[in-house]
Amino acid sequence: MSAAAATIDRLRFGPRQVARLGIIVGLLAFFFALPPVEARAPVVPLLVGLVGIACGIWAVTRGVGRLAWGAVAVGVLGILLGVLATRSSGANLHIVVSWGALVSSTLIWATPLTFASIGGMFSERSGVVNIGLEGMMLAGAFFGVLGADKFNSWAMGLLVAAIAGGCFALVHAFFAIQLRADQIVGGTAINFLALGVTGYFFIQVYGDQGSPGNLPRIPNVNIPGLQHVRFLHDAFGQLNLMIWLSFVLLIVSYVVMFKTPIGLRIRAVGEHPRAAETVGISVYLVRYASVTLSGVLAALGGAYLSVGFVGSFNENMTAGRGFIALAALIFGNWRPFGAFAAALLFGASTALSFRLATYSDSAAVLFQALPYVLTLIAVAGVIGRPVPPASVGRPYQKQ
Amino acid sequence: MEEPRVGEPDGLGPSVAERLAFYQRAGGVVTPVITAVLAFFMGGLVVLATGHNPFKTYKAVWDGTGLNWFFKFGHYHITVPFTDHRVFFWWDTNANGLAPYNLSQTLLLTTTLILTGLAVSFAFRCGLFNIGGQGQYITGALVAVWVGSSWAHMAKGLHIFLAILLACLAGAAIAAVAGLLKATVGAHEVITTIMLNWIAYWVGSYALGRGGPLQNKVDISVPVSSDVVQSAKLPTFWGNPQLQALHVGFFIALGALVVFWVILNRTTLGYQVRAVGFNPEAARYGGINVARNYVYAMAISGVFAGLGGAMDILGWQYRLGVLDIQVSNIGFIGIAVALLGRNTAVGVGLAALLFGALVNGTSTRGLDPSVFPPTLAGNLTLMIQALVLLFVGADVLVLAVWSYRKKIGFGRKAAPPASEGAVT
Repeated sequence: MSAAAATIDRLRFGPRQVARLGIIVGLLAFFFALPPVEARAPVVPLLVGLVGIACGIWAVTRGVGRLAWGAVAVGVLGILLGVLATRSSGANLHIVVSWGALVSSTLIWATPLTFASIGGMFSERSGVVNIGLEGMMLAGAFFGVLGADKFNSWAMGLLVAAIAGGCFALVHAFFAIQLRADQIVGGTAINFLALGVTGYFFIQVYGDQGSPGNLPRIPNVNIPGLQHVRFLHDAFGQLNLMIWLSFVLLIVSYVVMFKTPIGLRIRAVGEHPRAAETVGISVYLVRYASVTLSGVLAALGGAYLSVGFVGSFNENMTAGRGFIALAALIFGNWRPFGAFAAALLFGASTALSFRLATYSDSAAVLFQALPYVLTLIAVAGVIGRPVPPASVGRPYQKQ
Repeated sequence: MEEPRVGEPDGLGPSVAERLAFYQRAGGVVTPVITAVLAFFMGGLVVLATGHNPFKTYKAVWDGTGLNWFFKFGHYHITVPFTDHRVFFWWDTNANGLAPYNLSQTLLLTTTLILTGLAVSFAFRCGLFNIGGQGQYITGALVAVWVGSSWAHMAKGLHIFLAILLACLAGAAIAAVAGLLKATVGAHEVITTIMLNWIAYWVGSYALGRGGPLQNKVDISVPVSSDVVQSAKLPTFWGNPQLQALHVGFFIALGALVVFWVILNRTTLGYQVRAVGFNPEAARYGGINVARNYVYAMAISGVFAGLGGAMDILGWQYRLGVLDIQVSNIGFIGIAVALLGRNTAVGVGLAALLFGALVNGTSTRGLDPSVFPPTLAGNLTLMIQALVLLFVGADVLVLAVWSYRKKIGFGRKAAPPASEGAVT
């Protein structure tokens, strides 16, 4: 299909568009039951949801398949959640669903994931699996606190964190690239190494007292003039510097990866290293650089968590976020914006799980499993299977 | 088994299967020993660098493992377990002493590590890297605590059998999810098992947490399960059951080693699993159903890990809390056990003893705090474990050591090149 025909097809209002509409209508069914619309009659989400399902079913009969079934599923989910919301008390609903606060806490929880998963993208795009993201994040979290404390400056904290993450990544790179070790074993080792090293030095340096309370923190960015719009103020008025940096990183990494020769080289090395070397690209150099960069970025994500958000360090404080970042990377199909979208989704699920505690503690805990279930569904190929770089995980032997 | 070493098309390095085949052939006991010695050496450097005495530290760890008990010979009058008979014996088995108590704790850990190690090993022999031992272990423990704490009036043997059986099946089920996804849609087992680990972690935290279905009904402020009832507790034979005595699960774990060896080396299933592990394409060409073997291998792995969870719950823990799930990493140590033990029955048994001793020797219970703070030592264990994994994973390193060994007839001197990359 030529480009022009594709554009025309996109503009045409066919069954695919109806299916997309169905998904949106299904989401609306839930949305209408929430503040600020807050319809209290269960019939509202029910009717709206049914319209969405109808759109989906119509599209299914026209042979649209997956997307249309998605519309049906979203419609059913919209009805269920919508009716559930109308049954809950209005006060609770307002506590859980305050959109501005929800957006800002989604961004807070998504930012460490964004940093780490974009880091992971560089590593995996160059053909080196990085299970060690978790460890590199943890290293960043600890050494960020150490640096910020010893130099009394959050910027130095970030620098020290980046160096520490880079060092851990270099170890991984050395074993994965130079020694052609199994990358998954190596990554697992990095995770344990970081857990041990950060725990050891945390106790060695700070003992029982824990990290100091007067730690210099990464500042928030106050945006003046937003006070008038409550939603915008709540959502974006007081965000941490690192959150804004993560947006910049997102755009820069997209441009670098897909619009520059550097990115082309990284991708070439990850897809077909022999071909890349034949045209004069140094496979080892590209891989070393990419893996090191991934460690630096993951460590910055960890440092945001400790120096930016929490303001202290405790043992194993990343608690599996590196693995969620890995999941986001896979969910986002090894692309920056895909990974970012997945990070937002996972961040939102964390943010929601804290707020859902208003309804039920135990349900909120169970909700934390959501990112992992979603990723499992994604790799199972239900929603279009992610395609990893062709030679990821295979060591390369120079000739 | 002689398999052709496949060449390297497109400049790609050897696959997991080829590397695995190499592990099985090369080195015998020498390279794992070098690996472990090197890891302990580097751990000692960290201890030294932070101003402690590594020799005293390792001596204290050694004493904490209880293995020094074996070196105290004598003539003692001991009671035979489960009877009132008293006989002469060369070692004092009175578990009130420090060394025998430490040893019993080490063996408790060894029991579980053997099983989580086998969980990784069995899948590895089929060319699958099962990182999900932890999740399978938690699943087994959850089911064991559920069965063990309900149905109070069941006959003792039946109750234990049922609890173990269901725990094994649960472990097999969660592992088989990864196997199925690998067999049907080709999803990488490393990704799926990691995700399943965290699903088990959060489902377990939910089930045992406040208001969860498995939480005890007596004190709802404590996120811990009900206690396992008397009829589901495994018999203990060494030590005081109130202080975590050694239970018959130790022999079950040793039996599991034998079962592992028999399945792999004396059954058609084992032959097929190994064939798939060496080279899935060749196995498929030879008429072996590769997909089915992936599912079976993962399920059997899950049985081992689930059994490990059941042993801990029914043998000495008797209850499970949210905190237990969140701090436990015995399934992950199983990876190091399996790789250090080269995925063989004997190797896994010895590696499990090593790591069991290390974990217990550096625990708050085992280590003398006046010599070295146990809080630091726990992290030292993690580092040593990480270094073992790093060195074991580097097959080029193993190869270098191995060829060097042949050249000069001894392995030790080839080790130093490794340290360049590992000092961090």
